[in-house]
Amino acid sequence: MNVLFEALKLIISGDRELVAICLTSLRFSLTSIFWASLAGIPLGFLLKLKSFTGKKFTLVVVNSLMALPTVVVGLLVYSLVARSGPLGELGLLFTPVAIIIGQVILVLPIITSMVYGSVSDMDPRLPETLKTLGASGFPYYLMMLKEMKNPILSAVLAGFGRVIGEVGVSMMLGGNIRWYTRTITTTISLQTSKGEFELGLALGLVLMIIAFVLNFLIHKVVHHD
Amino acid sequence: MLYRKSNAVKVLQIFFVSMNVPLLLITVFTVFFSVNLCAEGKQEKSLQHIRMATTSSTENSGLLAELLPVFQEKYGIQVDVIAVGTGKAITHGENGDVDLILVHARSREDAFVEEGYGINRRDVMHNDFVILGPVSDPAGIRGMTNASEALKQIALKEMDFLSRGDDSGTHTKEKELWSNTGIFPSGTWYKETGQAMGSVLTMTNEVQGYTLTDRGTYLALKDKLDLQVLVEGDQSLFNPYGIIAVNPEKHSHVNYAGAMEFIVFVTSPEGQSIIGRYIKNGEQLFYPDVHSPRKN
Repeated sequence: MNVLFEALKLIISGDRELVAICLTSLRFSLTSIFWASLAGIPLGFLLKLKSFTGKKFTLVVVNSLMALPTVVVGLLVYSLVARSGPLGELGLLFTPVAIIIGQVILVLPIITSMVYGSVSDMDPRLPETLKTLGASGFPYYLMMLKEMKNPILSAVLAGFGRVIGEVGVSMMLGGNIRWYTRTITTTISLQTSKGEFELGLALGLVLMIIAFVLNFLIHKVVHHD
Repeated sequence: MLYRKSNAVKVLQIFFVSMNVPLLLITVFTVFFSVNLCAEGKQEKSLQHIRMATTSSTENSGLLAELLPVFQEKYGIQVDVIAVGTGKAITHGENGDVDLILVHARSREDAFVEEGYGINRRDVMHNDFVILGPVSDPAGIRGMTNASEALKQIALKEMDFLSRGDDSGTHTKEKELWSNTGIFPSGTWYKETGQAMGSVLTMTNEVQGYTLTDRGTYLALKDKLDLQVLVEGDQSLFNPYGIIAVNPEKHSHVNYAGAMEFIVFVTSPEGQSIIGRYIKNGEQLFYPDVHSPRKN
């Protein structure tokens, strides 16, 4: 109970390092989710609306990738960006870019699969109606996007939950470097190993607050109409 | 051209109609952060960085938090610390993923230099390993002067022993001690945790077992532990730390100049006195090796 009290004190006092760590985590997660959404949402639509050979197989692959453990993604990207790997020349290991690559790979299947699922549940008359009304090309897809806003937001939110809470990718690819690649989750694991539970718990609380605020916002959006 | 224009207007219209205020805010926020990150990535380059892989003991004990700010102030070089076990730190060095390493496993450091991966190895500091155990000491090893004999006793009585099991410097030392006993530790009493020293100490405390630890990490965590130093002072428990630059001939991209600046700083009177003055919980954690033998 005492530890919890200390944790709350840390949050309320706005400890400089605590704030920096939280902002780093948010920055990484939001950037990853931005790129993953940019690729994943159109992919989800295309998977449903276009027909091509090997579609079923692609779906199975995307769905299985949802179960990819974070450490495996970390290991995979590690072997790519380490100096001995094919992208070694770029010197990306232990930089934010490496973390973001890993996190995008981590959530891309989740967003794609969830968007695919919601497009599948959509009223089949919607595309036809839109086409009858003369929509085509980009505006057509944008209209679809508008209609599908809520399920897409849920997909993005689920993805965000996955990246902000993951530790494997950030630890392995970021190296937990102070003031640089140290995120909420890597700090929690470091503090736990040091036997200092206050900052770890404080960050755990912050993580929950972020999740709560985001869910609240999304909830507002979804029930806006 | 005309068609395209009307198309673009349509797109914008739909965009703004479909996005209500909170959603718009979230989007702007996200884009801002993404751009911000790119901008910062560029900024970071202006301040020189070096990457150092080191053992968890130097980071967990808080020593680096004392050394690095002084170095950064003086040389304008930021040291990015990747705290892992000695084994992994050496691997990072071999792969050229870091510019220098600060580790504690003399035999492996020498191999690292001999194989041409590292140059300019310097002794930095030392402390010692100790064997910790519960106050009640069910294995009866308190006061023994031979660490290997003490481990043997623990093995014979099959008391819980927690091993790092992670190829770290401490783990290397532990294996060395076991090999002296002629016992290959196995069984449910021997627990390979695969965790950092701090975690292992916490775990050992929970199960009230025995473990081998560097004194620095133990002292840093002392007041959170209900464990005692039972065996210390054996010659074989000496724990020297060495710092090695990654060989630029093996990996041309490493920041050799920056790494050498740090090595010079750490072995300078100023760096050495910071190490010597570092006190935690009222005790000195590391002893500087001021007269470092110059090798290589």
